[in-house]
Amino acid sequence: MATPLVVSDVAKSFTMHLRDGVTLPVVTGVSFAIRAGECAVLGGPSGAGKSSILKMLYGNYAVDEGQIIVQHGGGLVDLASASPRTVLSVRRHTIGYVSQFLRTVPRVSALDVVAEPLAERGEDREAAREKARALLAQLNLPEKLWALPPATFSGGEQQRVNIARGFITEHPILLLDEPTASLDARNRDVVVELITAKKAAGVALLGIFHDLDVRDAVADRVIDVTAFGAGKIAA
Amino acid sequence: MTDEPLLRVSALSKFYGSRVGCENVTFDLWPGEVLAVVGESGSGKTTLLNCLSTRLLPSSGTASYRMRDGQWRELYRMSEAERRFLMRTDWGFVHQNPADGLRMTVSAGANVGERLMAVGDRHYGRIRATAVDWLSRVEIDEDRIDDEPRAFSGGMRQRLQIARNLVTGPRLVFMDEPTGGLDVSVQARLLDLLRGLVTDLGLAAIVVTHDLAVARLLSQRMMVMKDGRVVESGLTDRVLDDPRAPYTQLLVSSILQV
Amino acid sequence: MNAQSTEIATYNFAYLDEQTKRMIRRAILKGIAIPGYQVPFASREMPMPYGWGTGGVQVTASIIGPDDVLKVIDQGADDTTNAVSIRAFFKKVAKVAVTTETAKATIIQTRHRIPEHPLNAGQVLVFQVPIPEPLRFLEPRETETRKMHALEEYGLMHVKLYEDIAKHGRIATTYAYPVKVEGRYVMDPSPTPKFDNPKMHRSPALQLFGAGREKRIYAVPPFTDVVSLDFEDHPFEVQTFDQPCALCGAANVYLDEVILDDHGGHMFVCSDTDHCEKRRADSTSPSWGGRAKGADGGNGQSSLSSTPTPARRADPRHKGEGKEAE
Repeated sequence: MATPLVVSDVAKSFTMHLRDGVTLPVVTGVSFAIRAGECAVLGGPSGAGKSSILKMLYGNYAVDEGQIIVQHGGGLVDLASASPRTVLSVRRHTIGYVSQFLRTVPRVSALDVVAEPLAERGEDREAAREKARALLAQLNLPEKLWALPPATFSGGEQQRVNIARGFITEHPILLLDEPTASLDARNRDVVVELITAKKAAGVALLGIFHDLDVRDAVADRVIDVTAFGAGKIAA
Repeated sequence: MTDEPLLRVSALSKFYGSRVGCENVTFDLWPGEVLAVVGESGSGKTTLLNCLSTRLLPSSGTASYRMRDGQWRELYRMSEAERRFLMRTDWGFVHQNPADGLRMTVSAGANVGERLMAVGDRHYGRIRATAVDWLSRVEIDEDRIDDEPRAFSGGMRQRLQIARNLVTGPRLVFMDEPTGGLDVSVQARLLDLLRGLVTDLGLAAIVVTHDLAVARLLSQRMMVMKDGRVVESGLTDRVLDDPRAPYTQLLVSSILQV
Repeated sequence: MNAQSTEIATYNFAYLDEQTKRMIRRAILKGIAIPGYQVPFASREMPMPYGWGTGGVQVTASIIGPDDVLKVIDQGADDTTNAVSIRAFFKKVAKVAVTTETAKATIIQTRHRIPEHPLNAGQVLVFQVPIPEPLRFLEPRETETRKMHALEEYGLMHVKLYEDIAKHGRIATTYAYPVKVEGRYVMDPSPTPKFDNPKMHRSPALQLFGAGREKRIYAVPPFTDVVSLDFEDHPFEVQTFDQPCALCGAANVYLDEVILDDHGGHMFVCSDTDHCEKRRADSTSPSWGGRAKGADGGNGQSSLSSTPTPARRADPRHKGEGKEAE
């Protein structure tokens, strides 16, 4: 089976220049691979570096050492050393990301927030909206909210807009950062369905789930982040 | 997206006597890409912008621009006539103070139409129709077309200035603190509008701002400047979420509340 | 005797000293060489205030010779103060012959009109210009307007015309209407009515422009293209009048409104007094008959009542201008 994402010997630390240059090690020696159609889950206690790993994979955090090899556009790209332009291209076409929080843009309707990633990839705007409607309906977001900007929505409603936005595209790799954090049971089940569908479609998924029910429902395996603990080296 | 940049800047420096305006700035800008240049007052970001837009000649370094015909031209070797032509056709410049970029005593319609007339359009009806279209795109009511910008609010003036710049379909727009001096609510509307226009038109833009929220919303890439030098650059969200240079960390920790 | 000796002995011919005239002639020559380009010159103090034609007088003084015949008009009239004074001035300081007849003059100094009688090769028309820069009211910086001329950036000129149409539904500029000279420089034809613009186009006469306060001279050599700026869908048009001259019956001429009493009585008469008088004196009006369709051989009064010729528009593209009958 294809392996669209390979992480090898990645290390990350923060240097806090405002605090006399103290260095906070985060992770080191991070190595794993995700296969197509598989959902892997990052496991470990808070502060172990799960979120940081996810952010490095998305190019949101810089990488100190190691490689993040992604199958992108018929070739291989090392995200750890890629130019910003390449990272943007990877985000547009290869790696999707569902964060915990929605960064809202003033005056853009929920429907268009969801449809935007498709439109960005060149899909017809109306076709993109149609898919967005289907997803929002599936996630039980009341239809009367679709035309409104999500800034004033409740946490759960925003989260669902965010999930729809993350799942609408057909990125071969999808990163999930606690997508179910503020959802009720019914909608958690919908997310599980969505993830299952992605797996069936051959998408490689990597997620963080604190909700054990969801985790058990979707995870093919758990990657224990404590194994990459940088604390031992720094100490 | 083409595989060639639109603008190539190499080792650009501008000195005012022995004082540094900006020093050794190098970057490429691709079509459709928005680059934010951030830093505090005096960091050299406006000097850099003025050099890039050829309003100022640098002390050393080069900047090449890929013209519409695909030819690369060195900006500082072009004649003044060519540069001015570029400035009113393929480029735009949005000033912080709209009064610097608008003709305050001619109507909104004429402000938008001026560039068209400058490139030889001699059909009143067509010019006016284009002006109406652009006013609506920047959310100015059609019935204000014959009013002078003197009668406009700050936000409207800024939107008019944007329409005036974009009417010739430029590929590169320079913006100097485009939301500076506006109320927060007006700022949000303008940013949203700019964001939409940039995406829809595939504009490349270089936006100078001291406001990191503006940079986050508008740009994909950013450069942080201090004392005339670029101290950090990269993907906008990477620089803001994982700032590495001491100065960027200071900037992010002291300003950012988004 | 006494009068003879005190008269003019202290003045050089035509008032200005020879060095000054040379300097001005150089500016004129440069202006002729670059049609429509404003040439700076060291304007002198003249014995009249600015705004009374100091620029035109200096140009006239520099080109006039003892054999010239001078005509001076002010808004088309030979008999208003400004015209009379300038004529008297040159009679005194140059002892030249003066005339009111357009055809007999070799030099015509004018304020704000071009005579109705077509000009001929060899004649020189000298315009008095208050503000030579056509871009002045749109762009106040002289450094910038010079650059705009140099780089042929004339979009702004059309902004002004655009504003006219936006505000009035048509190009409402009626005088100082901008023209493009020989396809290159945009020029202010001085505050002549736009009615006269077509007369400048390919005129056989040399046209010189002097701005004394602004210290600029420019020129349109004979047979030079002078095209009024316009829009495709709002082409240049000259003023038209509903009725012919109330005195001589001429149509297709520029008319002035004359108030007759305090009860609203008024009439429209030729602004060109020489033209009007000639037509009234000479019932056959030879060389001009073709153009003045209303000329029916009668006197002014009868022609007014018998043939109220409808006003006709000049060709907007300035063609057909000249002596041929329309």
